[in-house]
Amino acid sequence: MNEYADLLIIGAGPAGMAAALAAASSGARIVLLDDNPLPGGQIWRDGPQAKLPNPARQMRGRLEACSNIRRHSGTRVIACAGPKQLLVEDADRGWVIGYDKLILCTGARELLLPFPGWTLPGVTGAGGLQALIKGGLPVQDERIVIAGSGPLLLASAATAKHNGAQVLRIAEQACAAAVGGFAAQLPRWPNKLMQSVTLFDRHYRTGTYVLAALGNERLEGVRLQQQGKIVELECDRLACGFGLIPNTQLGQALGCELEGQAIAVDAWQTTRRADYYAAGECTGFGGSELALVEGAIAGHAAVGDLDSARALWPRRACWQGFANALNKAFTLDPQLKSLAQPDTLVCRCEDVPYAALAGHTDWREAKLASRCGMGACQSRVCGGTLQHLFGWQPAAPRPPFSPARIETLLCLDDTPPA
Amino acid sequence: MPELMLDGCALRVAEGTSVAAALALSGDGCTRTSVSGQRRAPLCGMGICQECRVTIDGRRRLACQTLCRDGMHVETQA
Amino acid sequence: MADVIVIGAGIIGAACAQALAGRGLRVLVLDAGLPGATAAGMGHLLVLDDNPAELALSQYSLQRWRELAPALPDGCAYRCNGTLWLAANAEEMAVAHSKYLNLQAQGVACELISSSALHQREPELCEGLEGGLLINGDGILYAPATANWMLDTPNISQRRARVSEVDGNRVRLDNGHWLSAEAVILANGVQANELCPELPIEPKKGHLLITDRYPGKVTHTLVELGYVTSAHNASGPSTACNIQPRPTGQLFIGASRQFGTTDPQVEGWMLAKMLRRATDYMPGLAQLNGIRAWTGFRAASPDGLPLVGQHPQRKGLWLAVGHEGLGVTTAPGTADLLVAQLFDETPPLAAQPYLPQRFLGESVYA
Repeated sequence: MNEYADLLIIGAGPAGMAAALAAASSGARIVLLDDNPLPGGQIWRDGPQAKLPNPARQMRGRLEACSNIRRHSGTRVIACAGPKQLLVEDADRGWVIGYDKLILCTGARELLLPFPGWTLPGVTGAGGLQALIKGGLPVQDERIVIAGSGPLLLASAATAKHNGAQVLRIAEQACAAAVGGFAAQLPRWPNKLMQSVTLFDRHYRTGTYVLAALGNERLEGVRLQQQGKIVELECDRLACGFGLIPNTQLGQALGCELEGQAIAVDAWQTTRRADYYAAGECTGFGGSELALVEGAIAGHAAVGDLDSARALWPRRACWQGFANALNKAFTLDPQLKSLAQPDTLVCRCEDVPYAALAGHTDWREAKLASRCGMGACQSRVCGGTLQHLFGWQPAAPRPPFSPARIETLLCLDDTPPA
Repeated sequence: MPELMLDGCALRVAEGTSVAAALALSGDGCTRTSVSGQRRAPLCGMGICQECRVTIDGRRRLACQTLCRDGMHVETQA
Repeated sequence: MADVIVIGAGIIGAACAQALAGRGLRVLVLDAGLPGATAAGMGHLLVLDDNPAELALSQYSLQRWRELAPALPDGCAYRCNGTLWLAANAEEMAVAHSKYLNLQAQGVACELISSSALHQREPELCEGLEGGLLINGDGILYAPATANWMLDTPNISQRRARVSEVDGNRVRLDNGHWLSAEAVILANGVQANELCPELPIEPKKGHLLITDRYPGKVTHTLVELGYVTSAHNASGPSTACNIQPRPTGQLFIGASRQFGTTDPQVEGWMLAKMLRRATDYMPGLAQLNGIRAWTGFRAASPDGLPLVGQHPQRKGLWLAVGHEGLGVTTAPGTADLLVAQLFDETPPLAAQPYLPQRFLGESVYA
């Protein structure tokens, strides 16, 4: 049973929701896909322990009210099924969606760098912990250390505290000057300033990073490099993430060009490929406000409403400024490249240690020799590490873009092309 | 409130709870054993790292992106 | 200064280099780092008896692999798990039966499996199969690691370089430099035509898919007998069921064949066709997760046999190409044949069927 959309939107985070709502008034048949059980992406993730902000609730309500927007949750894109056709899969079945225009709102994932002990149960990403807690993970009275880089650490700490955890330390690798410099600019974006005040935590330390996660069967403590000293803390959870990497895999598979690590777009949020748009974190990290306005611009542009799109350019410029400030402030300390020891696993799917990777000339050679990247995550985790540590470019994505049932792949038409 | 089976143990959870959370509520939260024998638990929480692969009603799926449903049978990987 | 230059560090080049180094020669292996069949292929070690020459080479080589096995490191993942050829109907069972007789006569250990016994051996197989033929001595290995192991031998040096021209026992690199040796061995598979356009090698595209880890579902490499009848004889695109249980517990799915394209993109229609064939034989496969798909190109020769021997028009240039889907299987046999010819010794099996003369004409030099 195949489906058709005038406008197909991949990702129902702030960008995707904004795009769908912006395009809705045109009457176009819109299909909005997301791989999570509920819309909202990461920042507006819903769940039994989530606190959904009002704007998110309102947008979801408006989405439900649009009769020309059909939502598929728990749905992933698996492969290109033909020109302007995608094979998708949910928990029950696979099917093909045809479309005229497509907006990529595939967001970003955390950069998870390896360090000794990072594979212990109890160690998660920073955003990872936040997502798990929102989904019901119990953290009452647990002692948590949050580490890595970026404002996400504060948001994650807030969620943990709100659910009864004791946050012992927030270890930001960026130095005090960088963070301070960023904070000093916040008055340009008043609600961000307000946000930072509410998120402030007295256990926040700059110039601090994880050296090792300690424990045998599961995490028991962490060792930190804290402003020149070594500190060990007993704890139950370590949530560590080093910023965000745009999810560009699907965009690349669809022929969109990249600029740096993100999908390249113009003022209309159009990619280099006609009829394909992109918005939100996949075009570069910038937070939810930027994602919302980019999504709206893309939605308007995709249905031909250029005036409405253009009217949003000033707002986007304002939030792009915030994004620029953010990215400059939280650049990663080169010291982080030497956290991994020779026996520290880099590829968690195939248990490949750092020692097996150093000394190869490129990604492909390393992969063939060590199996790194051949596992289920298909280098979504280790790829970020290898790029960061060795500068290796990952290979072009191939289908299936995520693990998919063989029966889903059978939905691809097996007729040879003419 | 859905009730589901996790490695043979019954658990009742709040509506909207993820299978990953349910595993932490009913046990140590571990989902699989790695290639070299390490126990693993969810890492990224958002369907990317594949550490939370479990068998749900006979199919291999990601615990962090699956909501608990009444009557669901979840088995972690040995 | 090398005694022999080998072009191509895939399984064939590696095996030849190892064999030559074992004779005390200094070997320089040049590789351009381009995608090749060794990295893409299934690493299936099998005896094939489409014709006597194919049987002789594969049987000899399998024996050599079994001898090499104890020395192979873990990363080569060698397993002697046998190939189970599947007969879907009476006609195919008859083929199984005649293969059985032929192989037994040649000393290849094999057994006919009845329809009911089939399910005891491989519970995942579909209902209604007629039976099968189990070739016990067949196996599998991970070819890239095996090639690396072979190349990691004293007297072998390697260089990342692309050869742009060959002139008998001399080669010119991309950077313009000429290198010469006593002999040059061309072992670069589908790229061989670039250096010797007269070679009758055609790329035959194949698709592959591997699943997540599901240990214990399948024991033997499962191949349909229809493979022999349909795939080899058809000229258009074709698929055949080929399910290999990896030591990791992953299921490795093949096989497809297409001529007339060098586009490495995975083609959805071909993937679906191939997977459908596999799920016909193993219905439970449909519920398993595929994690990765890719393509590779086999270097096919017109009669399905490799070209092993000195180039009849280019003295000093030796060929070890055109192995199609039997490169990994016949690497040891190819190396032994080539070394014997280089040293003017009696080869361990008749060299005549694989000589390049059969396509390139008689030798122009003494």
